[in-house]
Amino acid sequence: MISFVLRRLASAVPTLFIVVTISFFLMRFAPGGPFNLERPLPPQTMANLMATYHLDQPLWSQYVSYIGNAVTGDFGPSYVYKDNTVAELIGKGLPYSMELGFYALLLALVGGVLAGTIAALRQNSALDFLIMSVSTMGVTVPNFVVGPVLTLIFAITLSWLPAGSWGDGSLRFLILPMIALALPQLAVFARLTRGSMIEALHTDHIRTARAYGLPARTVVITHAMRAALLPVVSYLAPAAAALLTGSAVVETIFTIPGVGRYFVLGAINRDYTLVMGTVVLIAIFVIVFNLLVDILYGLLDPRVRHD
Amino acid sequence: MNDSRETILAVRDLKVTFTTPDGDVQAVKGIDLDIKAGETLAVVGESGSGKSQTMMGMMGLLAGNGRVTGSAKYRGQELVGLPLKALNKVRGAKITMIFQEPMTSLDPLYTIGRQIAEPIVQHRGGTFKQARARVLELLELVGIPDAKRRIDSYPHEMSGGQRQRVMIAMALANDPDILIADEPTTALDVTIQAQILDLLNSLQAKFGMAVVLITHDLGIVKHFASRVAVMRRGEVVETGTTADIFERPQADYTKMLLAAEPHGRKASPGDKAPIILEGKNVAVDYATGGGLFGKKSGVFRAVDNVNIRLKEGQTIGIVGESGSGKSTLGRALLRLVPSTGRYQFGATNISDFGRSAMRPLRKQLQLVFQDPYGSLSPRQTVGEIITEGLYVHEPQLSRAERDKRAIEALKEVRLDPAARNRYPHEFSGGQRQRIAIARAIILKPKVVILDEPTSALDRSVQGQVIDLLRDLQKTHGLSYIFISHDLSVIKAMSDYVVVMKNGKIVEEGDTDAIFEAPRENYTQTLMNAAFTA
Repeated sequence: MISFVLRRLASAVPTLFIVVTISFFLMRFAPGGPFNLERPLPPQTMANLMATYHLDQPLWSQYVSYIGNAVTGDFGPSYVYKDNTVAELIGKGLPYSMELGFYALLLALVGGVLAGTIAALRQNSALDFLIMSVSTMGVTVPNFVVGPVLTLIFAITLSWLPAGSWGDGSLRFLILPMIALALPQLAVFARLTRGSMIEALHTDHIRTARAYGLPARTVVITHAMRAALLPVVSYLAPAAAALLTGSAVVETIFTIPGVGRYFVLGAINRDYTLVMGTVVLIAIFVIVFNLLVDILYGLLDPRVRHD
Repeated sequence: MNDSRETILAVRDLKVTFTTPDGDVQAVKGIDLDIKAGETLAVVGESGSGKSQTMMGMMGLLAGNGRVTGSAKYRGQELVGLPLKALNKVRGAKITMIFQEPMTSLDPLYTIGRQIAEPIVQHRGGTFKQARARVLELLELVGIPDAKRRIDSYPHEMSGGQRQRVMIAMALANDPDILIADEPTTALDVTIQAQILDLLNSLQAKFGMAVVLITHDLGIVKHFASRVAVMRRGEVVETGTTADIFERPQADYTKMLLAAEPHGRKASPGDKAPIILEGKNVAVDYATGGGLFGKKSGVFRAVDNVNIRLKEGQTIGIVGESGSGKSTLGRALLRLVPSTGRYQFGATNISDFGRSAMRPLRKQLQLVFQDPYGSLSPRQTVGEIITEGLYVHEPQLSRAERDKRAIEALKEVRLDPAARNRYPHEFSGGQRQRIAIARAIILKPKVVILDEPTSALDRSVQGQVIDLLRDLQKTHGLSYIFISHDLSVIKAMSDYVVVMKNGKIVEEGDTDAIFEAPRENYTQTLMNAAFTA
């Protein structure tokens, strides 16, 4: 088990390196730069800026010094938020994004598994149809529509909840962004659970459990549910990485000071270092959650236990 | 035999109906059955006869679109329509079941110890910890070696035979009155099959429960059942003691089933017949494990230094259990898997022939597979399937000539030539196997390797396919290599038998010599394990 974790962490190093390299060069091949503003800067100012940030050096030498600094944890200054380093920006925003993302993940997982299980147990009934229709909507309706609609109903019309901002960080402020963030993932979890649950309920060992007089509840919970959760657990890693690193759309709509918007803003402003920092952050989350999920999978399914 | 025994399960006018998009299908059409205390009742029938669905219906285990009507009284208590809660007091306690699929009938996510304990805890109360002693006792009873260690094993860590023993342990856990065994050994090798049936027999003698044995195998029935009910198309056609059924069958269908056991012998082509296909020192290795980042990779020798010589007009039967290398040997002889050794086809040395060098010879060397469902493309018409080889081997043929050949081939396998415009799913298993045979013989081959061509078929259909293969051999002077685990089919088809185990030839010789006086222990075990009706 320990050697499995160590091997996986070791293999994360080349993965991160490749991700960083590809994003570095892709970013640079895009036209424009961090200081190409609407009103062009005087050539001398531009040259000074480029020199200050070493952007006048050859690309390979910039790449080498970026990698060299990144290894020591220095991701450089942001080119647009000039008073902050990338590490500071992410360090400030990440706790907000993670807290909101964690609640959203919890809601998506519990809600999705519950809805999917109910739909599977009542396969082809009106309830099944309703749950699946709502979850199709969850996947297809984008959260820049869901967010404002939620605000309109619950904040503006009914005045039950605040329309945005982190406020004092209490649950009241988090409910609407959490729902907007969770809904698409909840829908995916529901569909996954329904499909795998229906499959699990038709396996031979479920027939065995029923033939031995086990009550329906035991059959479903201990035997069918555990098998049905396996594909759900696999999806947990990308879902967790996506939710915990914040969403540009949801954070913008509800004015949450998280890190989600940096990825989009950084890309639009050609803020090279900020984009790179966000890429590294997301890559680390994906790698760590994949590892956690593999361990969890091993605990659930003895056939793939890592020893 | 002993008719004074008390009837403990009385089935009356039991019907099982499935609702399908094409309307209702009645799988069981109102049958009567009596199960007496302590007896072994065999319910015999071919696939689709409703023998399993009768039991599933009674036990409330039908698929969602199935429903059961009529009556099944267990010691006076009506099971049909019994509320789930009350039914759950009977099933798993008084009436228990074991199933055909030992590989999938156990939950892969729980240890076998826990799964055996579940019905104990459910029906007798107590905790899983308390049930553990009883589970150990049961595992020892069903002959799981080293039960103390194995109790914490997962199903995937056990062989098929051991899993079936685990199922039997589960079935015995609550001292049942009736044990329903639904094709308990069909998925197992013959030697394992014999062990499992002997175990069931001895446990029955010890505990005195009634056993309902559902099977298609008359050999098993003859050896283990005291009474027999013969089912066909959802009806019981005949019931009687085993002796009566086998010696004085009344119903035509029973007579037909008994006559369907393969019989007849094939004469040897004689010593002077020329050799058509020969393999010397045939060896096939498979890499195990490995992969890009694999830890350790090894080599598994599937076929180990085998010599085989097929004469013109001869049928060599290759017998062996799963994993013996018999199918791999067949593929190696046709140069379909990477292998070492010396291969000769007629006068041509084909040892070093690659894919393209072999292609012109493929016309004469054909292969027919076991699975008549998986080996025919569902998206091609039968005509397209059987003429496909002609495009490669006789490209000069016109469309009309190809069609003519297809008609001839279908007639030869005794199918209606109109079949060539239909799709495989419209045909039964036996008909599909005829299509597969037509696909091989349309090319007018010299050698056909038949890999378990009858194993997926019912006995009565098997007999017809065997007759067909024999006739084709006579008319076209074909040479066969017939691969099977089924000794009675091998006996009827081949004039020379090769017995394989772990990739090696254990024993070989003329069919009569092998069957009448097997020299090797393993061959004797195989013979004893096969219950011939």
